[in-house]
Amino acid sequence: MNLKAKTFELRKDVLTLIHRARTGHIGGDFSVIDILTVLYYKQMNISPEKMDHPDRDRFVLSKGHSVEALYAILSDLGFFPKSELDNYSQYGSKYIGHPNNKINGIEMNSGSLGHGLPVSIGMALAGKLDQKDYRVYTVMGDGELAEGSVWEGAMAAGHYRLDNLCAVVDRNRLQISGGTETVMAHDPLELRFASFGWNVLSIPGNDVDALNDAFDLARRAKGKPTVIIANTTKGCGVSFMENQAGWHHRVPTDEEYQKGMEELEQRRLAAL
Amino acid sequence: MNKIPNRQAICEVLMEHAAADKDIIVMCSDSRGSASLAPYAAAFPEQFVETGIAEQNLVSIAAGLASCGKKVFAASPACFLASRSLEQSKVDVAYSHTNVTLIGISGGVSYGALGMTHHSAQDIAAMASIPNMRVYLPSDRHQTRKLIETLLLDTDPAYIRVGRNPVEDIYMEDNVPFAFNKATVLSEGEDLTIIACGEMVRPALEASNLLAGEGITCSVLDMYCVKPFDTETALAAIRKSKAVITVEEHTTIGGLGAMVSQLAASRCPKFVRNLGLPDEPVVTGTSAQVFAHYGLIGEGIAASARDLLKKIS
Repeated sequence: MNLKAKTFELRKDVLTLIHRARTGHIGGDFSVIDILTVLYYKQMNISPEKMDHPDRDRFVLSKGHSVEALYAILSDLGFFPKSELDNYSQYGSKYIGHPNNKINGIEMNSGSLGHGLPVSIGMALAGKLDQKDYRVYTVMGDGELAEGSVWEGAMAAGHYRLDNLCAVVDRNRLQISGGTETVMAHDPLELRFASFGWNVLSIPGNDVDALNDAFDLARRAKGKPTVIIANTTKGCGVSFMENQAGWHHRVPTDEEYQKGMEELEQRRLAAL
Repeated sequence: MNKIPNRQAICEVLMEHAAADKDIIVMCSDSRGSASLAPYAAAFPEQFVETGIAEQNLVSIAAGLASCGKKVFAASPACFLASRSLEQSKVDVAYSHTNVTLIGISGGVSYGALGMTHHSAQDIAAMASIPNMRVYLPSDRHQTRKLIETLLLDTDPAYIRVGRNPVEDIYMEDNVPFAFNKATVLSEGEDLTIIACGEMVRPALEASNLLAGEGITCSVLDMYCVKPFDTETALAAIRKSKAVITVEEHTTIGGLGAMVSQLAASRCPKFVRNLGLPDEPVVTGTSAQVFAHYGLIGEGIAASARDLLKKIS
């Protein structure tokens, strides 16, 4: 499968979903979607029919507000019919604006930031205790790293040497009110994680090949958890949304929607 | 006088079951000693997870373990567990519906003169207001045992609060009337219903005995299951009483007393007096001194009862 082309197809689904429902976090969806695509289409051992299998890999979307990107992928892979997304954010729907584990394919509820890493640590510890080979993945936002609970988790994962755990930071350097280094600085982020006992990989985060290589490397790292600092672009894929904090959760107008869809289709075709 | 605190009874039950059930995991936040869980940690190191002084991590990791099939019992002082990690309890345990039993140790004013940072006079209100979270305050070691044995059999989230000190037995070792999620009726009377939970059940019984000597008969309910609150048993007792008194080691805002008042007002209006801790920093002292100060002892409860009955007559 051409993963790069797939990411643009999925971006079109996300844009359509958000435009139709008039709600969503498009900037973060577009920065994280390459990470999720590589995990779901290439790396993780999960399938719609086996979400109760004890040996499946686990995934927790800690930056839960990027749920639209996850919905696009889960529906594309058949975890639920695409038509169910017509109910996204609608009255009485289970397809809410953050991950909900009543939906097939979603392990844990998230949305409050700083929870995904420690929850994933529990999953990884259970794997170690049961001597299972499954891997645990979680994706955090970079703004999220200001939550103290992230660092409680970073400490524990290093302490327990959880090499079956791979965390990804969607390092797009923007959060709702501006640049992360202005709001609350995280650099030197690589050194921070390394000092907590992590194996640290820093890569171009919207590059599916670099992501795939990084996940392969993480598998081979023993005795340490791995964090992949995925250096991404917020709004990646639609030029007028890129690197604009304002597109954190702005809803596109009809004109913007058309323009965005055209650009995404051009990029999809160029990737083929 | 019993020397075994309720927290130790919890450890005993978990140790009895952990060898046969490898999915039982006990977690602590630098609290294995204060939770009386050191013997468990020594006997079952493979089924024990320590997070250090990190309550948020404790609860989230517990939820992650439980999502992979573990039966997790996470212990930490109630003052921290029910406030510092309240959001993790709400999101990762209750909302995600994971099989975690949160054990708040040294609850209420157990820590006495250590002061307000170490008191948990709001844990019932905080935990009970979370959808899908159950709240239990067992009254003695025997009931604590029954409760843990029962919770080992189900997969739903729960919060248990126990005190630091041994409390006198309410029940006898070979005779512990216990029905899950049903209050235990300790006595039946016509004049007053006293509903209590946790360590306040003992003084409630003492008050009932004092009042009996004066010809005032009381129904005394051990409402260990604060949530799901046993409406049926409470209503049956309230209906045949002239008035109701509630007693809890908790602020009178949002706890057992508030629940009883709400029930009585909506289903069977009677005068209800809520005894508990005031909405202010608790007076310095041992827990016994604090209880005496606020009238949360047999004589104090009896005095409140006399006053209430006089007012309504």
